[in-house]
Amino acid sequence: MREVAIVAFGQSVHVRDSAEISEVEMLMPVLHDVLAQTGLAARDIDFTCSGSSDYLAGRAFSFTMALDGVGAWPPVSESHVEMDGAWALYEAWVKILTGEADTALVYAYGKSSPGDLREVLTRQLDPYYVAPLWPDSVALAALQAQALIDAKLTDERELAGIAARSRADAESNPHAQLRGALPAGEPLVAPLRSGDCPPIGDGAAAVVLAAGDTARRLAARPAWIRGLDHRIEAHSLGVRDLTDSPSTRLAAQRAGAFEGPHGLKGRGGVPTVDTAELHAPFTSQEVVLRRALGLDAADGTVRINPSGGALAANPVMATGLIRLGEAAARIHRGASDRALAHATSGPCLQQNLVAVLEGE
Amino acid sequence: MSEVLTAPLVVEFPFTRSLGPVQSAFLTGLRERTVLGVRTGDGRVVVPPTEYDPVTAEELRELVEVGSAGTVTTWAWNPAPRRGQPLTTPFAWVLVRLDGADTALLHALDATGPDAVRTGMRVRVRWAAERTGAITDIACFVPDDGPAGEGLPAVHRGEFADPVTLLTAPARLDYTYAPGRAQSRYLQALAGHRTVGERCPSCRKVYVPPRGACPTCGVATDTQVEVGPRGTVTTFCIVNIKARHTANLDIEVPYVYAHIALDGADLALHARIGGIPYDRVRMGLRVEPVWTEGGRFPDHYRPTGEPDADYDSYKELV
Repeated sequence: MREVAIVAFGQSVHVRDSAEISEVEMLMPVLHDVLAQTGLAARDIDFTCSGSSDYLAGRAFSFTMALDGVGAWPPVSESHVEMDGAWALYEAWVKILTGEADTALVYAYGKSSPGDLREVLTRQLDPYYVAPLWPDSVALAALQAQALIDAKLTDERELAGIAARSRADAESNPHAQLRGALPAGEPLVAPLRSGDCPPIGDGAAAVVLAAGDTARRLAARPAWIRGLDHRIEAHSLGVRDLTDSPSTRLAAQRAGAFEGPHGLKGRGGVPTVDTAELHAPFTSQEVVLRRALGLDAADGTVRINPSGGALAANPVMATGLIRLGEAAARIHRGASDRALAHATSGPCLQQNLVAVLEGE
Repeated sequence: MSEVLTAPLVVEFPFTRSLGPVQSAFLTGLRERTVLGVRTGDGRVVVPPTEYDPVTAEELRELVEVGSAGTVTTWAWNPAPRRGQPLTTPFAWVLVRLDGADTALLHALDATGPDAVRTGMRVRVRWAAERTGAITDIACFVPDDGPAGEGLPAVHRGEFADPVTLLTAPARLDYTYAPGRAQSRYLQALAGHRTVGERCPSCRKVYVPPRGACPTCGVATDTQVEVGPRGTVTTFCIVNIKARHTANLDIEVPYVYAHIALDGADLALHARIGGIPYDRVRMGLRVEPVWTEGGRFPDHYRPTGEPDADYDSYKELV
């Protein structure tokens, strides 16, 4: 099997409202950043894949406009997923594994500011039984949070602690939208307070993937993708156990998160990583993910969301790709040797992707 | 830095969806104040019913009637109801496991406050006064003092007179559209009867309307260049279908829609051609914009009377 690595990562400064710039104007500096990091020009990239959603901007085929920022002459090989860019990265990874490409540019962006994000996200729900009730994204997460509290798996004090840790960690992240000590806030949809919820914002991110020796040539310390898997659960919330995330656990197992690095045997059920970038837009979802991944059993040896996570910046459709990018960047700069990155999509952690990244 | 333009943008889409046998029975049942579930191969009852087992993907058809009262499995207090939600006063979102069901249904609970709601509480359906065969036929749930249902679930044939077979799901989303720097500059200049393109610093092409990036080179186009107002028809089509939009009702068919290369631009924009019979329009025709009173963009382009442009002068822009 070919070795594939993330060799560069870039992101915008995430802001509440970027009305002064269009998607492509927001995206271009990020694309130029990752290309400059590798010394590649757009024409050197074998495959380009992006993730975004037309529902955020309210315009059909908005991603084709964003493609102007890539430079499509001579003609390029390109694809788009109407999902978080983490899934675009998955597609690009497969493309490289098949030998059809040696390098790939993956980007994602989301401008939530033009619309009402809580309403926009209702359009991803079951259109027959659920969407006509317009349950917004915070309400659905709050149902999950209450289920956790009822099961005595967390309490409001722990949730507030997760919010405080995330935003304190974001102090050292120049791209984050919310930083530092923030009040827990008023109940938005109880039991979730505004502090338990992610900021609404606009932003973009990009990574460059490369295979084998190309990756070694482009980066001093490539972040090798040792495993990558994604799984989905039933869409009906009333069918699922909202306190658990079996799809995350299965994806992590398949990605090798519980196996030892370099073929060493891992400790049963404990992830063999030093860093975990979890895509948990709500504090309560971090509790679910930590349990599903056995991170609590790791006795604090795993650094969780040192970037501040989705609670510090949540440009929808790019947030998951940023988790992969942040984990890779930690490996690039030697702060991590083996990291887990997670991305989610859909209400209450319906779909989950897990990657295991490693430095040499 | 120019002022950033914004405008309201409303997207409405009334999706009409076909219902399969299971969804049709469930939604028709709601119209008749009957809640149906579907039984899975291992005997579990799924409510609301699905056509396929969420675990095994086995096809499901065995309908059963469950109670219209049940137990809250989790809840969330919504202090500020939003547009389209079931109640306009503060309410609880609830997942309710109806008597006889093994899964829970999402809906709203009408309660006096968060202190009146808890997981495990008993609730029952409040039916909507007018029911059409939709999930909103359940107006909401209300607290229930009655005993748990007995003898459920009962086999139900799922047959009703005049079954609902289609679901129309109206949706409306409101946006504030902001076109960004390049297009804001373009639109502001246009309102002053000037057409401004932007030049790519790499390939030197002038794009109009500019979108802020050169799609060939992938770099920002930040040098403004005034182009036009005159231009050349590079290609065109004859439209024989009457425009349906109210803004265009006055345009008689047939009319000509053309690509026009404005003088100084490296990309043709498109516009309607007027002031000349439709069958006299030709490639190379020289045209100029016509503005209506107070118009923020040209209404159409008309011939200037100049000799036609030489083909070689615009062949790269066809």
